[in-house]
This record gives sequence, C-alpha cells and structure tokens, in this order.
Amino acid sequence: MLSINNLHARIDEKKILKGINLEIKPGEVHAIMGPNGSGKSTLASVLAGREDYEVTQGTVEFAGKDLLELSPEERAGEGLFLAFQYPVEIPGLSTTNFIKTAVNEVRKYRGEEALDAVAFLKLMKEKMAMVNIDQSLLSRSLNEGFSGGEKKRNEVFQMAMLQPKLAILDETDSGLDIDAIRIVANGVNKLRNKDNAVLVVTHYQRLLDYIVPDFVHVLYNGRIVKSGPKELALELEERGYDFIKNEFKVEA
Amino acid sequence: MNNLEYIKERFNQLPAVGENGLGVIRQKAFDALNTMGIPTTRHEEWKYTRIGSFFNKEFKYTAAHPTAITATDLSAVRLPGYEQANELVYINGRYAPELSVLRSKGLTVQPLQEAAKNEYKDLVSKHLGHSSDYLKDGINALSTAFVQDGVFVHIKKGQIVEHPIYIYNITDAREANVLAQPRTLVYVSENAQVKFVETFNTLGTQESFTNRVIEIIVEKDAITEYYKLQTDASHASQVATTHIRQIGKCVTHTVTVSLNEGLVRNNLNIVLDEQYCEAHLYGIYLQQGQSHIDNHTVVDHAQPHCESNELYKGMLDDQSTGVFNGKIFVRKDAQKTNAYQSNKNVLLAEGASVNTKPQLEIFADDVKCSHGCTIGRLDEESLFYMRSRGITEATAKSLLLHGFAMDILEQIKLDPIREYVDKLISERLEFDIA
Repeated sequence: MLSINNLHARIDEKKILKGINLEIKPGEVHAIMGPNGSGKSTLASVLAGREDYEVTQGTVEFAGKDLLELSPEERAGEGLFLAFQYPVEIPGLSTTNFIKTAVNEVRKYRGEEALDAVAFLKLMKEKMAMVNIDQSLLSRSLNEGFSGGEKKRNEVFQMAMLQPKLAILDETDSGLDIDAIRIVANGVNKLRNKDNAVLVVTHYQRLLDYIVPDFVHVLYNGRIVKSGPKELALELEERGYDFIKNEFKVEA
Repeated sequence: MNNLEYIKERFNQLPAVGENGLGVIRQKAFDALNTMGIPTTRHEEWKYTRIGSFFNKEFKYTAAHPTAITATDLSAVRLPGYEQANELVYINGRYAPELSVLRSKGLTVQPLQEAAKNEYKDLVSKHLGHSSDYLKDGINALSTAFVQDGVFVHIKKGQIVEHPIYIYNITDAREANVLAQPRTLVYVSENAQVKFVETFNTLGTQESFTNRVIEIIVEKDAITEYYKLQTDASHASQVATTHIRQIGKCVTHTVTVSLNEGLVRNNLNIVLDEQYCEAHLYGIYLQQGQSHIDNHTVVDHAQPHCESNELYKGMLDDQSTGVFNGKIFVRKDAQKTNAYQSNKNVLLAEGASVNTKPQLEIFADDVKCSHGCTIGRLDEESLFYMRSRGITEATAKSLLLHGFAMDILEQIKLDPIREYVDKLISERLEFDIA
C-alpha cells in the first residue's frame, strides 16, 4: 500500500530525512519511534504533503500512485490521512460544516456523488457513536477552545468520517492523560480492518499498549536504524533512547 | 466650469437665507465650504482617499424626474424582509414619499424644512449639523449647505418600532453623471427601540457620487441598531457619514458592510455624551479589483462610565486599497471608561494594500483602553490542515475567509439581513453556504 524508498528531505538547508525505507501493507500497524529531532514528524509531514519540506531524493508510492506528485488534497482523495500533532483552530467554521465539505470534496475526487443532508447526518451519527464524540463539540468552531483531548478526539472523528486507507497518527498521544489516550486509541482500533493500515508516530511506548503495532521502527538521525516486533517498543521504553544513540553514532 | 463651481451656483439659486428655519446653518456651511474646499490628500484625514477628481467632472445635481424611478426599479434593489419593513426611498438624494412605505406607529418622517418650523424645531436647531464639530472638511459642509432637501425622522418616546426602517439611496445615473446628497436627521426618543438598514444603489452606467450624511440622536434608555450595506458599482463613489450622539445612557450598535466596487469613505462618529452609554461598532469589508474602502471612526468618550467596543475586519484582493483610522477620545472627565478597538486585515494579493491607524487620545487617568491592528495573509498551517482533509485549496481559502467574517456577520441581529449579507459575502468568496 505504501512503499517508501530511499527518501531524503530537507527544510531550507537542513537535511532531516536521509534515506528512509519503509513498506506498509493493508491490515498492518506500524509504529515509528525515536528521540526528539530524529525526523519522525518530518516523515509524517512529507507524506501528507506539507510544502515546507523539499524532497531531494527517493520515491514514495501509495496505492499505486507516485505520492510525491500529488497535492495534499489529492493525497487525501487517494486515502491518506494525517492526524495532526497540533490540530489547527479555525474560528467561524463549525466542525460539522468543515467535515461535510471534506467528505464531499473527497467523494468528488473519487467520482462519487456528494452525500445529501440526510445521508451525511446518518454517517455522522454512526461515526460519532464509534469514537465517542459529542454533537455539541461538532457545532462549535473547528477546534476553537477545545481541550487537548477534544482536539485529538476530533482528529479521530475526522479519520472515521473520511475512512482512509492509511492513517498517520503524528504524536497523537502528546499532551494527553491516560484516559484521553485510551479513548483516542479505542476510536482508532474500531476503525481498523484488513484493508487499511495505521502508521503511529510516537516518542513514548504508552500509546502502543492500546494501539498494538505489528512492526516497530526506530528512527534516528533521519534513518530507520532498527526494526522489530512490538517488543522493541518495550525495550526502548526500558533502556531509553541513549542506547540507540550510542549504537548509531552520528556520522559526519 | 467644474462641478464645485456649478454646485456653488446652484446654492445661490436657492431661497435666500432666513426664509426658512435652516437658513443660518446652511449659510454657515456654505461659508465653511468656500473656506475649506473639497479635501485633498494634503488634509490629514484624507491622506489616502482622493475625492477631488470627482469635482473636476461634470455632474448633475438635480432631482430625478418624479416618474423616472418605477416600482420595477425599486423592487430590483429592495432588501429581503421588506414586506415587514418601513421603507424610506431617496432618489438622487431627495426623499421620495410616493415610493416610501411607513408601517409603524410612533414613527414620523417629514421634510427637514418643515420640521425646522414646527414642534420639532428645537430638536432640529439643536442637533442638525452636529457632525461638523467632528468633520472639519468641505465635503461635510457641502452636505449641510444643501440641507433643505433632507428628512427628519422621529421615534416617539417609549415606542418599540417592530418593523425595521430600510433606507434606500437610489441614484439614477442612466442619463448623466449624478451627485446625490441624501441627508437625514434621526431622533430616537427616550426608551424607544429602532433598527435601521441602509443601502446604496446606482442605476445606469454613468458615474454617481453620493455624499450622504445621517445624524442620529439617541435619548436615554433607547436602543438603536444601524446597519449600512455598501454594494454599489464601480462607477459609484461615496462619502457616507454616520454621526451618532448618545445624549442619555443608551445603547447603539452599528455594523458597516462594504462590498463596494468603487470608492467608499465612511465616517462613523459616536459621541458618548452622557454617563453609562454603550456603543458597539463593527465593520467588514471585502475589496477587489480597483475598489477602495476608507473607514474613519471616532468614538468620543465625553462622559464617565461609558463603554465602547469596536471591531473592523477586512479582506483585500487584487489591486484594492483600504484605510482604517480609528480615533478614540477619552476626555478629562470620562473616568472609568472602557474602550476597545481592533482592526484585522487579510491581504489576498500582492497588489492589495491597507493603511491602518489606531489613534487614542486619553486625558483621563482611570480608564481601560486597548487597541490593536493586524495585517496578514491567510494562515498557511490552516490551509494545509484543510487540504490534508481533501478540501481543495480554493475551497479552503473561501472557508477560512468566511470564518474570518463570521464574528462580524453574527453582529447583524436582523435575520433576513444577516442571511442576505452572508449570501453576498459567500458569493464574493465563491463558496456555497453549507
């Protein structure tokens, strides 16, 4: 589904990704872990199409397409979803109107009819129940005045509404207490099936207690330096990132 | 002969001073016009707005033929909700009673010339022309010099005017360039409540220049809402002055919506002339093409314990230009004043520009005042967020800008007018209201 091959990216003159290789198949959950500044969020951003980054080398294929050639909205249309580390607040635009526009623009991209008001409402009610989000939150301006937990729950709600093939969760656990992490993780788990995949980007192992990965990758200094089963996450938690840093000294 | 000379000649043809109750004030204004002339960009308050050129062209300054405007013309410019509104129609600056509709009790509308002589004469002589204390320029004087064509609107004490008052300023420029000077003095008596909506429409393709002055006096415990909608064409320009004087503890609420395609200069003065007055001033402007919007506001805290709250927001595209100049005076005696002001602008094109200037002059020492202005572009992170959800860049921009306008839209408390303005804004942003 997603095939990253020797991906290099930089912001201004600073090289951040220095040759990422990663293969994700339908039904799989991958976790990317790593110390601060290792390039985790950059990878998530590059995949979603953030324009601040320049890809200098490598290829990314997603669902048979050259992902790097697509605009952010086309990537969403193809079924890619990024849950933001810091969801944006948009005053004067209700979450409901926002998500309705998003759902219908994605449908249009896929050559499907726009949902009418009734069908949209039905879909919304169903997904609201699934991710445990309240109507009153959705009537308010998008993320404006939401708590950290509410913002992240809203991200998972949007994911539920858009039903992506690949969801990238960028430090979705940051700033959340354990109850909020559980709620968000539950939402994600309910959305998993054999045809979609999840890429969890996180600094800590805790979220992976709830969203259990099939593969764990350690990103350090712009490269994946270690991959393994879910137990690797526990090892990192116990030993800290220093052993990675010592093992893979920064080459000049 | 340029237009100004022509106008002066017209003045001299009018009945001589002293023949009616307005003579003295008219002559005084005419003298002021002669002294000050039409403001140029050398005038500090007109630095960024150039109107002099209009007076070098030939304009007609006459009443349209009484039958020139038909009911069909009128229905083309009517506002939603008119079935339940009082409608005051001005054609080329003159009040047209035959096209106007008065539905409400306690609402009196009559020519200023008459009001200056009958039981309202004390109110008229006391308040007419008060705006000239704040607007020291020839364009305001020009209006007052021809004030005999104006209208006096009186709201009776304790009267709740259920039907809003729609004011249509129609300029018939189908045959010639037209200068129109609609003039109105409104008196809102104690404990009354009233809502005004004012629009401007130019018919035809010739140029129009509207020099509109409305002075509104509000007594204690009254509530006045005033909505100004500016959607006139690119060949229509205007100076629109709204001067509000709150002479008892009362509340006023104004929203100025500017979707004009030509040049607009707004003067909005609020004089808080008694303790515990409250004034809310809001504005939204969407400019494109070569259009120009200039909002000059003055809030004069002349008395203690008053509150004013001002928020103007603008979006400027193409080569459009904007000006915001917000003065707040807090006089020496006006302790415990709360005054807030904010102006936020989004520039949508390289060629668009805005000059914004908050100006606070505070002479009291126990006050709360704040002001701020911003000029920026659309937030890239917000756009990326929306695009990452599959929303195209163009739609994302529209949604963001519509959201930006929302808190001003919400200040329009007349449902049909708010929906109408929302539709106009959405159309301009090329976006469907979900």
